[in-house]
Amino acid sequence: MATTEIAPGRDRPGLLSRLAGWWGPRPFIQLAAFVAVVALFWLLGANVADTMRRIGVTPGFGFLERSANFEIGESVIAFKAGDLYIWAILAGLVNTVKVAVLGCVLATILGVALGVAGLSGNLLLATLVRWYVELIRNTPLLLQLFFWIALAKSFPPPRQALSAFDALFLSNRGVFVPGIIVDGFSSRTVLLLVAIALSHGLYLYTAYRRRRLRFGNGLAATLVLLAAVGAAFPTTDATLSLDMPVLGGFNIRGGYSLTPEFAALLAGLTVKFSAAIAEIVRAGIQSVSRGQWEAARALGLHPGQIMRLVVLPQALRVITPLITSSYLDLTKDSSLAVAIGYPDLVSIINTTANTTGQSFEALAILIGIYLVLNLSVSALMNVYNRRVALRGDVSR
Amino acid sequence: MSLVDIASLPLMRRSFDWKPLWNGLFGTRLNTALTVLTLAFLVWLVPPLVRWLVLDATWTGTAQDCAAASGACWAFVVAKLRFILFAFYPQELQWRPTAALLLLLGLLVVTAQPRFWRRELLIAWLLVVGLCWALLTGTLTGSPVPSNQWGGLPVTLLVWSVCFGLSIPLAVLLALARRSKMGGLRTLAVLFIELMRGTPMVAILYVAMLILPMAIPGGQFVDKTVRAIIMITLFWSAYVAEVVRGGLQTIPHGQEEAAKALGLGYWRTMQLIVLPQALRQVIPGMVNLAIGFLLATSLLAVIGIFDLLNAARASTTDPKWLGFYDEAYLVAGIIYFLFCFGGSRYSRWLETRLKVPHH
Repeated sequence: MATTEIAPGRDRPGLLSRLAGWWGPRPFIQLAAFVAVVALFWLLGANVADTMRRIGVTPGFGFLERSANFEIGESVIAFKAGDLYIWAILAGLVNTVKVAVLGCVLATILGVALGVAGLSGNLLLATLVRWYVELIRNTPLLLQLFFWIALAKSFPPPRQALSAFDALFLSNRGVFVPGIIVDGFSSRTVLLLVAIALSHGLYLYTAYRRRRLRFGNGLAATLVLLAAVGAAFPTTDATLSLDMPVLGGFNIRGGYSLTPEFAALLAGLTVKFSAAIAEIVRAGIQSVSRGQWEAARALGLHPGQIMRLVVLPQALRVITPLITSSYLDLTKDSSLAVAIGYPDLVSIINTTANTTGQSFEALAILIGIYLVLNLSVSALMNVYNRRVALRGDVSR
Repeated sequence: MSLVDIASLPLMRRSFDWKPLWNGLFGTRLNTALTVLTLAFLVWLVPPLVRWLVLDATWTGTAQDCAAASGACWAFVVAKLRFILFAFYPQELQWRPTAALLLLLGLLVVTAQPRFWRRELLIAWLLVVGLCWALLTGTLTGSPVPSNQWGGLPVTLLVWSVCFGLSIPLAVLLALARRSKMGGLRTLAVLFIELMRGTPMVAILYVAMLILPMAIPGGQFVDKTVRAIIMITLFWSAYVAEVVRGGLQTIPHGQEEAAKALGLGYWRTMQLIVLPQALRQVIPGMVNLAIGFLLATSLLAVIGIFDLLNAARASTTDPKWLGFYDEAYLVAGIIYFLFCFGGSRYSRWLETRLKVPHH
């Protein structure tokens, strides 16, 4: 039996012995385990290939280049029946990203508001928030989605649509919200906007590197940015206008329309994860000990300053990793779209698998995409955590 | 001292301290404003809700009676509760899923009490799960019922308990492998765990539906529910493994070294020293996971298994009672809520109960 210990007396072991040290004890048993796993997958793969051949399907990703003969209910990128499968899958991916990003933003806004309301010290409000959180957390997301889609489909037809302030219309054809139209978008406009945004980013970055970034100057810089955009805009040919939905004839025109499926999915994800985020915010702020509050008060800081300078920096260390994993969960849970008919990635993959018979390849693509997404966010998170942990070290 | 004197003591007169409540509602100007706003919201929300739930509701009658009224249709729930609980299981054999349900619930109540945590409990679970399966299929009693006619709460609970139970031993092995000194095994464990945790459960269920029949020889003859159970077990074991790993990390190195000094081998060390302490640490975490898993079983609806949620949805498509979504989802939601809210309260109680006093 070969010993795998690092040779004594060598300061820097070579690559081989480092590898052996990493591989650890019982090298051959481990190798056998590896071989067994590979053999198992090979066997399963061979069976899949066999079955596919038997039903007359060629294994491989060639089907991506064939045309897909189904329509997609809604998509950000244009897609029509007859386009390639790869475009269909891409359309599904974009739909998933769209609902996930919007869901994360809305869930964060609602969740932080609820978390703060829960800590507001008002008994009635805190009790109400606690029951909201318990109710949402203890019922399945899919049940909530079924409820939302039933609700969205039960709205009156457009002519009798429920409306709020003539800006938001709820009808069984969808939900209509005001949109923003930018006209005459030229390359010059884009360049100008990019230049302003870049200088803003550069300022924030240098301030951050010099450790001079404070809430105040960050806010001021952002206000300057907005003012600059506002001032620069009229010099370009672009026009900005608010597009309000209006009731006309048998339908609602203008504005930005959300299909019932999209609205239901977005509402479901937002509500479900707002409860999770509210809990995270509460736990994060409560993780800062009372002594910190009292010490800050003894130093003469106002409540706002205590929150901003003492509590939040410490609470964020708890909140950020938890909230990130919430975002990942939200993205994964957006796959429940398939149950209510929103054409997300999973739904398109399912249709692809059914129409081509290449379910193995289709699911491999699906799992691969989700895996890349999750692992890259986890990697970013680890980098962030290391930074936050370092700054919070005793050495400072 | 007479009774009157005691009552007049300042301490007794303030038997209920109103001050925190008053301060909590009207302590500051901001607080008063919040209270008023919240009250306004409740006034907007509660009366219509009560009207729908109680005042305008229809308690008996047919779908036509319900359609005429504007409130909830509890007559629908009365008529379809059997269906929501047991779905398409043949009505004349209904005692079988009922018995299975009661057995599972009974054992769950027993398991919840730490004084019953013995080896025998494990055997009881094996027996009860086996018995429930036999009851639902009808192997003991004759007149077999195929699994595509099973449904409702027994299926939800059975799939949940089988998958969770099977995933624990698998998860312990995975967690040990992930912390092992053997790089190869560690890599395999990390790959498996991250693969599973990075994938949505819906995709895993599709693998059970579409890939397993192709990958296992004769797989197309394996029951759909069984295939789902296999894949869900693998999927959940990754999550359980991470919780177990958290528990393992709380055990100081000294414990392992002391065991080694006593001459115990790896497996004896783990079995006698490390795992008992680590698993005790993670029991509340496991209960929380179990709650999440119970909610996740509702995804079985996506692949057409009639669990509780799918049964509730199917009950709204009965031509005689068409479209009473709110009532059906409310009933299913209440059942899920009772299980999960009860579970989370139980987990909190357990946490204080199991806390080992530190010396």
